[in-house]
Amino acid sequence: MKFDIEYKTLTSVAGPLVVVGKVNNAAYNEIVKIRMKNGEERLGQVLETTDEYAVVQVFGPTNGINIKTTSVSFLGETFKIGVSEEMLGRVFDGQGRPKDNDIPVAYEERRDINGEPINPASRGMPSDFIETGISSIDGLNTLVRGQKLPIFSGSGLPHNMLTAQITRQAKVKNSSDGFAVVFAGIGITYDDASYFIEEFRRTGALSRTVAFINLADDPSIERIITPRIALTTAEFLAYEKGMHVLVILNDMTNYAEALRELASAREEVPGRRGYPGYMYTDLASIYERAGIIKGKKGSITQLNVVTMPSDDVTHPIPDLTGYITEGQIYLNRELYNKGIYPPINPQGSLSRLMNQGIGHGKTREDHRGVADQLYGAYARALEAKNLSAIVGVEALSEIDRIYLNFGEKFENNFVRQGFDESRSIEDTLSIGWDLLSKLPETDLTRIKKEYVSKYYKKEGK
Amino acid sequence: MGIIEKIAGPLVVARDMSDSNMYDVVKVGDARLVGEIIQLRGEKAVIQVYEDTTGVKPGEPVATTAAPLSVSLGPGVLGQIYDGIQRPLEILQKKSGAFIARGISADPIAMDKKWKFVATAKKGEIVHEGSIVGYVQETEYVKHYIMIPKGIRGKIKNIGSGTFNLKEEVAVIEDKSEEIKITMMQDRPVRNASKFAKKFRSEEPLITGQRIIDTFFPIAKGGSAAVPGPFGAGKTVIQHQLAKYTDADIVVYVGCGERGNEMTEILTEFPELKDPKTGRPLIERTVLIANTSNMPVAAREASVYTGITIAEYFRDMGYNVAIMADSTSRWAEAMREISARLEEMPGEEGYPAYLSKRLAEYYERSGKIESLGGKIGSVTIIGAVSPPGGDISEPVSQGTLRVVKAFWSLDASLANARHFPSINWLNSYSLYLDALDPWYKKNIGERYIENRQEAMRLLQREAELKDIVQLVGEDALPDSEKVVLDIGRMLREDYLRQSAFDEIDAYTSFKKQGLILGSILHFSKRAGEAVSKGVSSQRVSTIKARAEISRMKTIPEKEIESHSKKINEEIDKEVNALIREEEGEVSEARAEEKVSK
Repeated sequence: MKFDIEYKTLTSVAGPLVVVGKVNNAAYNEIVKIRMKNGEERLGQVLETTDEYAVVQVFGPTNGINIKTTSVSFLGETFKIGVSEEMLGRVFDGQGRPKDNDIPVAYEERRDINGEPINPASRGMPSDFIETGISSIDGLNTLVRGQKLPIFSGSGLPHNMLTAQITRQAKVKNSSDGFAVVFAGIGITYDDASYFIEEFRRTGALSRTVAFINLADDPSIERIITPRIALTTAEFLAYEKGMHVLVILNDMTNYAEALRELASAREEVPGRRGYPGYMYTDLASIYERAGIIKGKKGSITQLNVVTMPSDDVTHPIPDLTGYITEGQIYLNRELYNKGIYPPINPQGSLSRLMNQGIGHGKTREDHRGVADQLYGAYARALEAKNLSAIVGVEALSEIDRIYLNFGEKFENNFVRQGFDESRSIEDTLSIGWDLLSKLPETDLTRIKKEYVSKYYKKEGK
Repeated sequence: MGIIEKIAGPLVVARDMSDSNMYDVVKVGDARLVGEIIQLRGEKAVIQVYEDTTGVKPGEPVATTAAPLSVSLGPGVLGQIYDGIQRPLEILQKKSGAFIARGISADPIAMDKKWKFVATAKKGEIVHEGSIVGYVQETEYVKHYIMIPKGIRGKIKNIGSGTFNLKEEVAVIEDKSEEIKITMMQDRPVRNASKFAKKFRSEEPLITGQRIIDTFFPIAKGGSAAVPGPFGAGKTVIQHQLAKYTDADIVVYVGCGERGNEMTEILTEFPELKDPKTGRPLIERTVLIANTSNMPVAAREASVYTGITIAEYFRDMGYNVAIMADSTSRWAEAMREISARLEEMPGEEGYPAYLSKRLAEYYERSGKIESLGGKIGSVTIIGAVSPPGGDISEPVSQGTLRVVKAFWSLDASLANARHFPSINWLNSYSLYLDALDPWYKKNIGERYIENRQEAMRLLQREAELKDIVQLVGEDALPDSEKVVLDIGRMLREDYLRQSAFDEIDAYTSFKKQGLILGSILHFSKRAGEAVSKGVSSQRVSTIKARAEISRMKTIPEKEIESHSKKINEEIDKEVNALIREEEGEVSEARAEEKVSK
């Protein structure tokens, strides 16, 4: 059996890659154990295999690897991790090894971290409204169970606060099903990691949380597997234990950079900005693991942080992410500089699954119309603002001035809210109507007539 | 039987393969994964594998099927959902659960199901490829014609109506001394266009019920259109709307490397939604191909071909077929990925040099044709393009725009203001307008074309004026131009903007389109007249009837005619009153002047 064979036939080491010679039957994606002279062991995975050699990607540093003395054995299986309900409340490193204490976890099952694609015919339609308590999400870009919604942010913007707030406040009405949080820190700083752990502890969410932390100074190649380990755990909790799992992947930009590092070590033809041409497919293999499966109780909802390099949404990472995810929450520096928290910019933000989660019986019958009208009015307010910057407020028509005023109120009353403030959907819609009622009733053409007469607040009423 | 030498991702190299042909389908490894030969070098073959190759080892066998990648066609295809290589996803689900296991296979169509075959050809008739010998009433509205498969010709020796399954012969053809059995099923290779007798220029629009498309940028039945746009601009919603409301007989929807939840949406909605033409559930006229972004990349490349081959099959029966491919960029990227792994010399942005040729070949498979069996049918292709960063100067958009004749340009700023469909009316185009004009004139009336031109003129004028307003403010414009701004806003808000989620607004018939546009332009004409007589633009813009025009799109089709008549009368009444008032004031003023003199 080749499992017993230790190959001491390394022919080259370059970056995270090791080439093992004289091996003719390594399986593609097989896991290997690399043993150093001093007994230290590292894991790796077969990236390319031929009847003469195998190329192995090492999860971890390659320093200390020696062509003569380091040995490699092939384990005959793909990357698997143990999963169990006991993992709740624990903190693991980026490879899934306990990090918080030495108490071993009794695993119920071992699973391949790459998972398998969900059959599109088996997916259930995500339609349960998740109330995050944040007006600009609930009101305008509603999140539903089973959705994947990234937060497009930039360095220095409060995406960590927002993520923590959503995690704390998110709830589904009339649902007593179990919920859990799986948090994957991918290349984040120690500060950020401890912020989240502290937040979870403070709010009591920690006992329902599994955290996997790959710190900024941990091996970058490990980042390739951290999100997959997190999602494998989430799938177990969701589809075997019937929990509704919120997965937070923070930050996917670090993941993509690790992917690029690996691609360049393999001397692949680089695509846009040096990222590999298959990055879309690779990101999809992570994001598409969100969803609901017909006939199973649980669900996986993903909230992913993507920090846009120099706030550029056309950068390949946010760009490809946006093409896969079901919308995005867009943080805006201008709003943040005005002192508005959460600085969610409605322009550019989107939830593709919103319609399934709103309306009569779910939120309220006027929700769609109110959201559309607020959007339209805010867009017009911004037009008026641009105009006033050139010609001055005095030169604006009366109606433009009304919209200009609307825009300011919208940012201050609707978008702005406190870190500890959780608004119900009724509150959110009511604030929306307060604002819309300042516009002429005849302008509300995006809302059905009957809802306008029901909710429009006439003066003196 | 070959032996695997190397595995790298979806690419496998095997030796001892000199017996196989280029593009043959092979079964790879002990798991018998489906693959296709894409390169032959000496006795070695390079194979792209349509399933995940994890666990495959050098030394495992490769077996050729000696046939190219094909689809199986016959009664039972309609209403199915397939992956990129026509594996039926609902049956795979029964076999392997909610996740797709590797190496499983299933018949694309149920072989045992019995169908009632009605023979239309007679004993002794000479038939050839494409000849229709009978039909099966597959759904209430679709007659599934049974055609003679490729490469067969001869005299019918035996044929009879009756109930058969797909394995049983329905006819026997005699060619010289040879006897060929005909079943109701045939295979077609996906990478070659199916043959036809004649191709025509199409002069009939594909009616979509989407106002901006039908009125301004129509597509002909048998034409091709591209929808490029950044993410979030609404490509998928437009594709879904077209799949729901076009007047095509058959719709093939290819989800190529896109979101799983979007396919679920179709699968949940289509059995419930009604075809506006026949009133039957939409799913009965639909075939779905779902190769979502997390499914194997090589099968994604195949999925668009699988889709178009199914479309051609129904076209040959004389149906108007529309195929939506969402998104062709993912297909191109799959091509790029395979090409890079083959270490081919890359062209622009890493795409292979043959990208534009493949795109052109694909879109050329659209068209209105006379089939070999003498039926007139068409395939219309509508392809979504997802350019990186929304910038259409990239190779996939450019390669596509060179071959398609209708371009619906999606605009992020419109999408941000929730103006959907976010098709930009200033830079989209349709080259079918001239060819379709006679049809419009005959079926909808001369007036419609005039109105379209007038509306487009106003929209362009509005855009020019908006540029001026950006510099000097709206108040500096004369009233006659303020009215144009107002009409422009009406056209955008009350006509071009169309909600996919409002049950009435989602679909607008040609008649209703004409009436709404007519009312807006009637208002435009009367407003211009009033302003020229001195009425202020602000008073004209705030008449009651104007708000009524805004709501026309949500008026049901049945009531729209009387409603529009009422609105037009109302406009006349209110505008006349304003003019009279103004004239009264003027003559009063004159009278006062006279008196004071």
